[in-house]
Amino acid sequence: MTTTSQRPKKAPFPVEFYRSAVGKKWVMAVTGVIIIGFAIAHMLGNLKMFLPDVNGIPDMDIYAEALRSLFSPIVPEHVMLWLLRVGLIVAFLLHVHAAYALTIMNRRARQTDYQAPRNYVAATYASRTMRWSGVIFFAFLAFHLADFTLGIQPAAPETWEHGRVYANFVAGFQRPLVTAFYVIAVSLLGIHLYHGAWSMFQSMGVNHPKFNAARRVAATIISGVIVIGFIAPPLAVAFGYLK
Amino acid sequence: MNITLQVWKQEGPDRAGRFATYQVDDIEPEMSFLEMLDILNERLVSQGDDPISFDHDCREGICGTCGVMIDGQAHGPQLGTATCQLHMRKFRDGDTITVEPWRAAGFPIVRDLVVDRTSFDRIIEAGGYITVDTGAAPDANLIPVPKDVAETAFDAAACIGCGACVAACPNGAANLFTAAKINHLNLLPQGQAERWARTEAMVEVMEEYFGSCTNHGECEKACPKEISIDFIAWMNRDYVKAKVKNRRLMGQKA
Repeated sequence: MTTTSQRPKKAPFPVEFYRSAVGKKWVMAVTGVIIIGFAIAHMLGNLKMFLPDVNGIPDMDIYAEALRSLFSPIVPEHVMLWLLRVGLIVAFLLHVHAAYALTIMNRRARQTDYQAPRNYVAATYASRTMRWSGVIFFAFLAFHLADFTLGIQPAAPETWEHGRVYANFVAGFQRPLVTAFYVIAVSLLGIHLYHGAWSMFQSMGVNHPKFNAARRVAATIISGVIVIGFIAPPLAVAFGYLK
Repeated sequence: MNITLQVWKQEGPDRAGRFATYQVDDIEPEMSFLEMLDILNERLVSQGDDPISFDHDCREGICGTCGVMIDGQAHGPQLGTATCQLHMRKFRDGDTITVEPWRAAGFPIVRDLVVDRTSFDRIIEAGGYITVDTGAAPDANLIPVPKDVAETAFDAAACIGCGACVAACPNGAANLFTAAKINHLNLLPQGQAERWARTEAMVEVMEEYFGSCTNHGECEKACPKEISIDFIAWMNRDYVKAKVKNRRLMGQKA
């Protein structure tokens, strides 16, 4: 075991760490935590669709404006929002890159597949479809950003107007196909998180007999709350409760 | 019992393989799966046919030599046992049973159901040992080991290196094997001196041959020793620590 003392000069620690598969899984877990954190905040924000107007302005629009001026005037307007956005984009890119690199590695690890059908005992539907649910959800994100954040036609509704979040939201989800796509994508996110929010504990080595059983419960609750919280406002629009 | 076997036949590492069908009649339910293969092979040889090559040794579930995919499950449908401990009474008269070798790039097929598991030896060579003075045997109980630690280390040490974890893993990962071997030593006082060097070296050699863990948990269910995937989490934790600590241990040489 002389490897540590004789090994030639190493790459910088984060690079060296990320080169290993265990390191990539750790990065996937940490970026997963960041993305889940964002998802929960986003979902709670969306629930403001149900709150009444304040002085004739929808609560949602006030909230959106508050996000733009987060920590203003301590930092200039938009700065904090962009810092959060950049952090989130980096987390997404790392998550996707690690998944891609590990998928390549895993393909290489079994070049010839089993020729007879496999009988899985422990692997769940969620765990076996992580790549699919992830990729489809990523495609949905592109559409979702064009639809609401950027207002690019034809993804966005014709009446889309910058800053009028409540109106854009209602117009967006009055299109049944968009609502259907949204519900499917959020459900896939829920399936992804059912495995991911449990798996991240293992990848980071967060394992203790006292709370191991609670990890599955936590993952189920996280995925359930996120799915319900995200689906409720669009369905309220689709069924005419929110106008 | 009369059964139909579909067995993977492959004449050599670079030859194309195929499933061959065998009718095996008059099998006793008390026979082990390997005894059933023995009977079939005797019949094949007496007919002048080519017998089926398969690995086996102790036939009592402690050596880790045997192991095949039976109906899509490593070591067959019975949990917590090796192929040699599986008996024909687990199957029904008239069943068709499919038998396939472990499939992983790290386990190239030698012939039929026999695979080469040298890659496991490479992982062990990287750090699956402790360095001690040879000479007279040390006194017993010279190093106190708490009972719970000894028990948990033994749970990990129960690994017989059969490769079922790799075979069952949808990613062809060897994390359960490597985690068992790392934790077996990392938990014990004797393993502490080389703990961080061991963890880094063994994980990185493992990754040269095998896939990466996505926490399906198939390995745990396939393992004839029922080794827990908790060990994988502990290995992940130790690997992150090792990456940091080993840099510091290099001191000025870095």
